[in-house]
Amino acid sequence: MSLKIAVIDYGMGNLRSVSKAVELCGAEVDIINEANQIEKYNAIILPGVGAFEPAIKIIKNKGFDTAVKEHISKNKMFLGICLGFQLLFSESYEDGLHKGLDIIEGSVEKFVAPKNEKLIIPHMGWNKIFISKQNQTAQEMYKNINDGDYVYFVHSYFCKPDDKNWIATTTDYSINFCSSVANGNVWGCQFHPEKSSEIGLRILKNFVEHSEEQC
Amino acid sequence: MLAVRVIPCLDVNAGRVVKGTNFVDLRDAGDPVEIAKRYNIEGADELVFLDITASSDKRNITLDVVKKTAEQVFIPLTVGGGIRTVDDMRTLLKAGADKISINTAAVQNPRLIHDGSRKFGNQCIVVAIDAKREPSGTEWKVYTHGGRTRTNLDVIEWAKKCVELGAGEILLTSMDRDGTKDGYDLDLMEQITKVVDVPVIASGGAGKKEHFVDVCKKGASAVLAASLFHFKQLEISDLKNYMRQNNIAVR
Repeated sequence: MSLKIAVIDYGMGNLRSVSKAVELCGAEVDIINEANQIEKYNAIILPGVGAFEPAIKIIKNKGFDTAVKEHISKNKMFLGICLGFQLLFSESYEDGLHKGLDIIEGSVEKFVAPKNEKLIIPHMGWNKIFISKQNQTAQEMYKNINDGDYVYFVHSYFCKPDDKNWIATTTDYSINFCSSVANGNVWGCQFHPEKSSEIGLRILKNFVEHSEEQC
Repeated sequence: MLAVRVIPCLDVNAGRVVKGTNFVDLRDAGDPVEIAKRYNIEGADELVFLDITASSDKRNITLDVVKKTAEQVFIPLTVGGGIRTVDDMRTLLKAGADKISINTAAVQNPRLIHDGSRKFGNQCIVVAIDAKREPSGTEWKVYTHGGRTRTNLDVIEWAKKCVELGAGEILLTSMDRDGTKDGYDLDLMEQITKVVDVPVIASGGAGKKEHFVDVCKKGASAVLAASLFHFKQLEISDLKNYMRQNNIAVR
C-alpha cells in the first residue's frame, strides 16, 4: 500500500496543484476538510494562500489546531506551505496582531523597505535558498538540492523563529530571512514547492520518502 | 537576490494558442497544454494565459485548458480575459490558476480589484493595462476591450490607483509596440516603476535579446513575450544566458 498523505482544505486557496505534485512524487493524496479525518493519514500538508487572520479563525473553528498538534505529537510527518507555514508560529503582525498555532515560537512580520530604498512587495518570484549546515533534518528535506537553487515565492510577510535551530534555509530579500524550517517531523516552507518546478518536486519527493521511512 | 522572471504569454482563442500583431491578424501557434509543457522544460518562470475570445460559451474551454496545464506544469499560472466578477476569479483559481489578470472589468468597476484582493490576497490580483501613446507622445491612455476602446484614463494615474486598490502586480502592455519586435516601450516602463512598488511585467515589443535587458534596467520585475517564443525565434535558455551575462539575475 502506498503512503497516504492528506492535504488540508480550509478554504484558503487552490489545493489542486499541491495534491497533483505530491501524487507525482508517488504518494496517495486526499484533500480533507474535517479535522477528525487527520488521524487516518501518515502525513499531512497544510497549504494556504491569503491572509493570516481569516485562516487561523477557520483552522480553530474547525478543530484543525488540536488535530494538527495531536498528529505532530505522534511523531507523524507534517509540511506547512506558505500561509500554512506561517500559521505554525506564535503570532503574526498581518493586519493587527493575531495568535497562531504556536508550534514554533516566533513571529510573522512584514517586509520593510530599508531607509531611502525601494522594496517591491510582495516578494514575488524565484529566489535562492541557502541550506543550514547545522540542521540535521534540513539535510533530509534538501537531499539532492544545492545551495543557491531557485524556488518560487509569493509573500509580503516572513517568519522569525526564536530558536535559530529551526531554520532549514535562508533567503535574501533586502534582509536574510528564514525561508524554511525543519525539525524532526515538522517541516515548513515559505516558498511554494508545488510551483517551483523540478526543485520543488524534489523537495516534495523528499517529504514523501521521509514520510515512508517514518511509518 | 530575486530573479527577473521570463514569462511566455499564451493568447488562447477557442482552445488554441494564437498570436497577432497590434492586437489583430491572428495566427495559430498550437495546443496550449503542449506549449506550456515545452516552456516549463525550457525554463519559463511563469506562464500567462490570456483568453482573448472570452465569450461565455468558450469560457469552459479555457477552464479546461487551465485545469490540464495546472495538472502537468508546476510553475505559476496567471489567467486573464473576460473576468468580470469575484466568482469568475474563484472559478479560475479552483481550476488551477495562481493569479488572475483583469483589464476591462477593472476599468469599468475598480472595486473589483479591491474585492478580489481582499478575498484572495493582493498577490492573486494582476491588473493588466493596455497603454497607447497619445499623439503628443508624452502621455499614454488606457485602452480596454482588447485594445479596441480608448478611455480617458491616464496610464500612470491608473497604475497608481490599481495599486492603492490592492493590485499585487501590473502587467503593462504597450499597444504601440505589441507584435512589432521594435523593443519594449522603455519610457512607459520607467514612468510606471517610478510610481508603484509592486512588480511590473513588461509586455509588448520584444524582438531581440537586448530588448529584455533594456527593460529590466528600467525596473521591470518580469519580461513577457509571445510570438518570439512561440515561433522559436528565441529560446528561453539562450535569452537567460544573455541576461545573466548582462548582470541580470535570472533563474
